[in-house]
Amino acid sequence: MESISLIGMVSVITAGLTIAIGSIGPAFGEARAVAQALSAIAQQPDESATITRTLFVGLAMIESTAIYCFVVAMILIFANPFWDHVTAATGG
Amino acid sequence: MTITPDSIIYWQWGDFALNATIVFTWLVMALLTLGSWLVTRRLSEGPELSRWQNLLEVLVVGIRDQIAQVSHQQPGPYLPFVGTLFLFIAVANLLNVIPGYMAPTGSLSTTTALAICVFVAVPVFGIASKGPGAYLQHYIKPTPLMLPFNVIGEVSRTIALAVRLYGNIMSGTVIVAILLSLTPYFFPVVMQLLGLLTGMIQAYIFAILAMVYIASATSVHEHGEPDEPEHKTPSDQ
Repeated sequence: MESISLIGMVSVITAGLTIAIGSIGPAFGEARAVAQALSAIAQQPDESATITRTLFVGLAMIESTAIYCFVVAMILIFANPFWDHVTAATGG
Repeated sequence: MTITPDSIIYWQWGDFALNATIVFTWLVMALLTLGSWLVTRRLSEGPELSRWQNLLEVLVVGIRDQIAQVSHQQPGPYLPFVGTLFLFIAVANLLNVIPGYMAPTGSLSTTTALAICVFVAVPVFGIASKGPGAYLQHYIKPTPLMLPFNVIGEVSRTIALAVRLYGNIMSGTVIVAILLSLTPYFFPVVMQLLGLLTGMIQAYIFAILAMVYIASATSVHEHGEPDEPEHKTPSDQ
């Protein structure tokens, strides 16, 4: 198989795997965080402002793992350096 | 499909290219500056407020409140920096409702620049409040063995700050673009609304994280323990 189709195939498959596997962990993490925060608000409604703020900051931190995976997937599909190298080398 | 506004170039002169990121950054800056200038030209101190002055007062008071709650310090010295970060990112993301506008925060260059501002501001505020010796000591705080990890932590949280904002805004743009080609008319609008919400939350998070980093540099081992009495428990009331 010539290298250009090999690189294209590996990039697409890896991009899909990256976002698929990479979103599982943050999904579990966010679910746990929200569930805990809800029960905390239910127990202490007076502290809901503090809990909500901490929750949002924490969610952003957790979510950034998934965002990193998304960025890597986007780079693999739209800005792949190996693909650019091969297409430039073959003049395509 | 364009995944970054950097690639849209309006005008080029030698090495100097005027791309969409710069143009829309200038637009947001001009809007913020002009708006604030127009509103603050005639301020009233009495009970009669213009509605725009009311808006700005709500914003400033809200930002001061949040800074005070997060850092347990007087918000004064941090308000200009953190408030500017929040206002710039929030306005840059909210203007997405205008057709043809591309959020400058959807480009890695803008978010990296903002993150580097935070990276520089942390030691500046830290040294200003504790002096260079005491500030530098916190790098070797648990043991000197931790020095490389503390340095790596500073750098990696800067990268995380930049990529988080970029990824969130860019993912909104890309998802809307993909949905436009698959299911036009309804779902892109819903995702656009979700993008506005994400944009506001990300602006808030960026400012709060910047404040958390600055607060950790300015106040860590000053009182030994973080100020406990600030937390009210329900039994106090």
